[in-house]
Amino acid sequence: MTNMGLVLPRPQASALKIWQRNLLVWRKLIGPSMAFSFGEPVIYLLGLGFGLGQFIGEVNGIPYFTFLAAGLLAASAMNVASFEGMFSVFTRMTHQQTYDAILATPLTVDDIVAGEMLWCATKSLLNTLPILVVAFLLGAIHNWSALAAIPVFFLVGLCFAGPALVMAASAASYDFFNYYTTLLITPMFIFSGVFYPVATLPAIAQVLVNILPLSHAIALIRPLVAGQVLADPVLHIAVLLAYAAVGYVAASIFIRRRLIR
Amino acid sequence: MSLAPGSADAVVLARGLTKKYGERTVVCGIDLTIPRGGCFGLLGPNGAGKTTTLRMILGQAPMSGGTLSVLGLPMPAAIREIHARTGVVPQSDNQDPDFTVVENLRMYARYFGLRPAEVAGRIDELLGFLELTDRRDARMRELSGGMKRRLSIARALINDPEFIMLDEPTTGLDPQVRHLIWTRLRKLKASGKTLLLTTHYMDEAERLCDQLVVIDRGRIVTQGSPRGLIDEHVEPHVIEVQGETAHVVPVLGNIPGSRLLTVGETHYCYARELGPVLARLESAPQLRYTHRTANLEDVFLKLTGHELRE
Repeated sequence: MTNMGLVLPRPQASALKIWQRNLLVWRKLIGPSMAFSFGEPVIYLLGLGFGLGQFIGEVNGIPYFTFLAAGLLAASAMNVASFEGMFSVFTRMTHQQTYDAILATPLTVDDIVAGEMLWCATKSLLNTLPILVVAFLLGAIHNWSALAAIPVFFLVGLCFAGPALVMAASAASYDFFNYYTTLLITPMFIFSGVFYPVATLPAIAQVLVNILPLSHAIALIRPLVAGQVLADPVLHIAVLLAYAAVGYVAASIFIRRRLIR
Repeated sequence: MSLAPGSADAVVLARGLTKKYGERTVVCGIDLTIPRGGCFGLLGPNGAGKTTTLRMILGQAPMSGGTLSVLGLPMPAAIREIHARTGVVPQSDNQDPDFTVVENLRMYARYFGLRPAEVAGRIDELLGFLELTDRRDARMRELSGGMKRRLSIARALINDPEFIMLDEPTTGLDPQVRHLIWTRLRKLKASGKTLLLTTHYMDEAERLCDQLVVIDRGRIVTQGSPRGLIDEHVEPHVIEVQGETAHVVPVLGNIPGSRLLTVGETHYCYARELGPVLARLESAPQLRYTHRTANLEDVFLKLTGHELRE
């Protein structure tokens, strides 16, 4: 039994029950959930978009307000999944013991991890969508192709869910998440092209940034929002999917170790 | 797996069940045969390995050694099927705090693949059975400890399980709730379900269990029926005295046919014959005593010692 963690996860369709549980809870807590996901990006958009936008004008042929809105949408999808996968999953795993209750039913750890990842991705979509609406209302979006960015929010959430679940499984307390947030989430937010093109960074920094997933999320979302032609969509989608797949296997191993002892 | 005679219909059949955490062996190769029907007790001091054993039977703790079948199916290979036919009342209540009573039951039913419409009648029945009908729309923070516990039991029954595992079901509850829970557990027993119960309340074990094992330091110390164990291990008369050892031992020590056990400031004098003990007590009128018949707690103290366990 000692090699259980090395077996590939085998989730079943019942994983959707975990997703359903979270959706039902989210519906009850929709107010605080939205305020948390919505407030910060909209403040950035208003403050930096209107403020800096006056000086910057256009970046790569896109008005700065639109450029920034697209970056913030990608960052929001990243943040929503990351915080759900760390804080909420940790709460369900420890304080609430939700998973202990669920593991007494026919559901397994593989179902829990699959369900949680699908949920993180869904929440990225649900909580990022209002920002898209606000960006449209503020005049940042002029193209119907922006609607095609919506499924990308889901994909971005799926990509960031796995690492967040690994963090949750490794944490002794909520404070542990400061490492991940400070060392990965915030640097990605600043360096991966939310506020300016990655091409302005030194070459070595560009390599690092392109290994991390947020720049690929932005490379998909920004052209769709701005009505430009997508460059290398297959590559960017493949990177996000690869993170999701590796993240799922890693999260299954870590969460199993935490729950099945 | 080779089956012991008469164990073909066992609900739990464990042989050499072992659990190690690193170098520490928590469960040291125990054999368990839990027959179908009735209530089986797993007793032991804190840290004896009760919860770990329960977690292994449930597949939440991988075995380090031994073989295990539950409901005739191999664990962990058939874990999904075993869980579909099992109910679990965990040691600490873990309902969803964001759901109401009835929402908790509906969601839990979904985990078993049961649709809310299918279980609506069953939920009403269970709420009635555990006297929670008027709390059906209450949130978890509005429930008392006793109500949460009853909800845990209702939730464990949502899939109409054949086998119900209860980990210290009445710990921390007031006497009224404990009696209510005991009555319900006896009804479940009477309806043919198999109960596996851990407790360190000996009165609870004596009331509910048909068979029990006492485990200590990961090993089975003894097993049998509560009555059988009392008759086997303990003298029929027990005199309990409160007081300082220096005052009690000279009076009750060294009486032929009796033995004296001290736990904290309580002294238990176990006697085959009552006469000699009472004669000694008459000579020491300052000592207040109670005379009672032997119970399971006496067996427990005798077999697991009286030092503090944490």
